[in-house]
Amino acid sequence: MYFAVAVFLLLTLLGGLVRILRGPTRGDRMLAAQLFGSTGVAILVLLAEARDLAALRDVALAFVLLAPVNAAMFVQAFRQPPRHGAGTS
Amino acid sequence: MSPLDWVTLALLVAGCGFFLAGTVGILRFPDLLTRLHALTKADNLGLGLLVVGLSLQAESLAVVIKLVLVWLLAMVVGSCSAYLVARHALREAPER
Repeated sequence: MYFAVAVFLLLTLLGGLVRILRGPTRGDRMLAAQLFGSTGVAILVLLAEARDLAALRDVALAFVLLAPVNAAMFVQAFRQPPRHGAGTS
Repeated sequence: MSPLDWVTLALLVAGCGFFLAGTVGILRFPDLLTRLHALTKADNLGLGLLVVGLSLQAESLAVVIKLVLVWLLAMVVGSCSAYLVARHALREAPER
């Protein structure tokens, strides 16, 4: 049962990765990469229950905690200075 | 299968439905900002339902606490990442 659900989530994840190919802006590609932070974590937690491996839950925790580091590095690498009248910085 | 297993299966299927909706949203929404909504809201709710379903099958309270912690952190982390990406996108192309 858990394996079927995990395989389904994996197919969902692969479908979402299409956005990396097609996404017109860099932000689209980044958000598709963020999918691993949510769908990937779900797959790991399911496999932890299916295989009775408690360590996979710790791996899921590590995945979750590393996802914003990803986003922060992306924003920092492609940082643009705020334009005139673009709001508060 | 016991009734508990049926409830778990129902919650897992519901969670998968939300994950599917989130991915369809990422693929079909017209704009980066709307796609961010699909990613954070739908996927985190799906993860929450998944966590509740798996908590019913867990063997100890420590496992339940760890699962709930994973879900709460996923929500906080998802919001932070979405905010960062959205602010970056608005800086690149400020909307009217």
